[in-house]
Amino acid sequence: MMPVLFAALQDAAVTAPAPALRAGLTVPLALLVLLPLLGFVINGAIALAGPDSVLRRGGTDSTTARNPVVTVVGPGVLLASFAVAVSIFLKMRSLGAGAAGPLDAPLVVTFARWMPVGNLAIDWSLQLDQLSILMALVITGIGSLIHLFSIGYMRDDASYARYFAYLNLFVAFMLVLVLGGSYPVMFVGWEGVGLASYLLIGFWFGEKANIEAGKKAFVVNRVGDFGFLVAMFLIWVTTQQLDYVGAHAALGAMAGSPVVLAIALFLFLGCAGKSAQLPLYIWLPDAMAGPTPVSALIHAATMVTAGVYLVARAAPIFAGAPEASLVVTAVGALTAVFAATIALRQWDIKKVLAYSTVSQLGYMFMAVGSGAYTAGVFHLVTHAFFKALLFLGAGSVIHAMHHAYHQTHRRDDPQDLRNMGGLAKFMPATAVAMTLATLAIAGVPPLSGFFSKDEILSSLFARAQGSPLASASLLGIPGHTVLYAAYGLGILTALLTAVYMTRMLMLTFGGSNRTGEAEQGALHEAPGIMTAPVLVLALLTVIGGWLNLPALIPIGPVGTLDAWLAPVTGASAARLGGTAHLDHNTELLLVGIAVVVGLVGILFGVLRYRAPIADKAHSPEDTGLLANAYRVDGMVDALIVRPFRGLADVILGRGVETGIDRAFSAGGTMLIRTAAFMGEKLQDGDVGKYAWMLAAGALALIAALTLS
Amino acid sequence: MIAEALIVSAILFVIGVVGVLTRRNAIILFMCAELMLNAVNLSFVALAKLHNVTGQVFVVMVMCIAAAEAAVGLAIVISVFRHFGTVNLSALRTLRG
Repeated sequence: MMPVLFAALQDAAVTAPAPALRAGLTVPLALLVLLPLLGFVINGAIALAGPDSVLRRGGTDSTTARNPVVTVVGPGVLLASFAVAVSIFLKMRSLGAGAAGPLDAPLVVTFARWMPVGNLAIDWSLQLDQLSILMALVITGIGSLIHLFSIGYMRDDASYARYFAYLNLFVAFMLVLVLGGSYPVMFVGWEGVGLASYLLIGFWFGEKANIEAGKKAFVVNRVGDFGFLVAMFLIWVTTQQLDYVGAHAALGAMAGSPVVLAIALFLFLGCAGKSAQLPLYIWLPDAMAGPTPVSALIHAATMVTAGVYLVARAAPIFAGAPEASLVVTAVGALTAVFAATIALRQWDIKKVLAYSTVSQLGYMFMAVGSGAYTAGVFHLVTHAFFKALLFLGAGSVIHAMHHAYHQTHRRDDPQDLRNMGGLAKFMPATAVAMTLATLAIAGVPPLSGFFSKDEILSSLFARAQGSPLASASLLGIPGHTVLYAAYGLGILTALLTAVYMTRMLMLTFGGSNRTGEAEQGALHEAPGIMTAPVLVLALLTVIGGWLNLPALIPIGPVGTLDAWLAPVTGASAARLGGTAHLDHNTELLLVGIAVVVGLVGILFGVLRYRAPIADKAHSPEDTGLLANAYRVDGMVDALIVRPFRGLADVILGRGVETGIDRAFSAGGTMLIRTAAFMGEKLQDGDVGKYAWMLAAGALALIAALTLS
Repeated sequence: MIAEALIVSAILFVIGVVGVLTRRNAIILFMCAELMLNAVNLSFVALAKLHNVTGQVFVVMVMCIAAAEAAVGLAIVISVFRHFGTVNLSALRTLRG
């Protein structure tokens, strides 16, 4: 196996711009993916062979908690992988970014044949370009921080090794997803992260709700995966190619044809599943059943952005189908505002963040749908910073609450906002960091979220004013109407975001404490291994905007990300956006509106949620429409799950099962009974009848012998 | 000559068969069975002319066996009559399945 692999590494077939570049990057590229996989193997082996009893005997009597090997290997492979990603990035940077450089075309490295069938030849290939390395940096960078945080968060868990094994596995698959050189390879990562997500949502599988949440995520994602698969089949049937370079070139030449539109829409169905967009978002809030660092890494910062990545990656396809791009924008806008309203009235701190994530993903889809790929990816990156920070901060809070309740042996909900309050006094570092993240997500300058959100909104507005996309139409609705509506919903979402995030912050850290008299003494700041990653993320949240400063606010290098991603998405963005741009005054006005809206939201939140509230035990059950997420789960249950179950009951239960029962048990006795009845009639003791039968038999024999 | 003998043989055989199939009196059935045996005997003798003497030897064998069979068969019929008071076979149905 190994010699084959090395041979493959040496003569890896490449369609690369510069041979020297290829030689230098082949091995690091493989290492980038293989390192987390190695971590999975080691930690998985420890979990299986070691005393992590949960997997083998279903008990928690012995434990891998704080296993030192796991502590080193788990985050270690991630840090190593991050270092590799940084070195690749630096090498690419030294070669010169931007168009017409040696990196104008992507570097595709083929490691081995996978499926050579007829003229279908799928290879294990990785594609290195400006977009994939950016994603790899985010995944391994944020991933490293979250792995470090997990050392503290999970240190007392009996399944410590299993946890890190799954987390490493997730990162390995996520890297395959973003680095894969063709749709099938991406699909391997796509399904792999789904698996890791399932395993981690149901990580504490002792509770049925957790398993059901995992199952729900898996099943809902399957709907999206169906779209991805159909899109792949269509791409193959249409172009006979599945690698990005070839397929995109072929499909780009067919722009505007119905098949390209169909491919784009099916791809987007896949995105909607993975990235929790309407109507497939229902799994994400439930996914919070997993450990909080998992929510930070998988269900906020990386995996759920895979859909955004896919639209950006398939930009040539979406640019060739403006109607599909408008669908993406519209769905993104509706999701953004829909989820934001739900987040207004959630009491579980993680549920607030989960709906916030759905809403922010809507923003990203608005951007990539309108052809503002850089803006979408920019928001993806900054969102990864501040949402990971928010989740890790929430993790610290839950950690503290959990320990407090643990010490007083009280059984209460450590995630409920009504049980918090006044935590700033006990955990100041977390409070400061989360406040920064809240200001960032609310779009307060000069934090990262301000720049990325503003870029999305202003590019939407610019494209609405005049661009090829605005001239297209969706089901009779002109493109510019869709884009203006999306802009309006984006502003509304910005307001709602500021309100619900301020509410969460106020209820958690502001006011007086509601945890309980006895518990207050046990509330304390998380250990250093947990606060350090939070503070690093806080720093990134503050300075993340410098990645892509607008020309309007030149407080540093302007448009870095724009220039960096230009070779990948520039052509597609131009195809949809044309030369759309805003004049100076309009842009200033738009920025002003966005900032004012954010500040108004914050102010409203502060005033509205200043008043003291009762703790959970003394609060009535919240039966409001928003608190119950518009009762969508109930509707899905009534409209899809139960009819489907009923149908299954009819077809499988009454049809197939009873059918088989009848055929094999009742049918069997029936057969024997009939035979017995006939035998009885034949052997009734009447010799005359026997004689007749004998004669008939003899005649038949004679006839047979004569005729043959 | 052979043809005529075979025709008579066939007629006798069919009479025997029809008798067995239609009549229910044990004695008559017995006689019909004998009729069939003798029809076969006749065809043996007639066909022996074409081949060799084996056919005629067979006929002697058949007659011997038929005589033995008649003895046993008639004895059974007598004991049946004694037991059931009839030799009508339709009435003898105690061996039904």
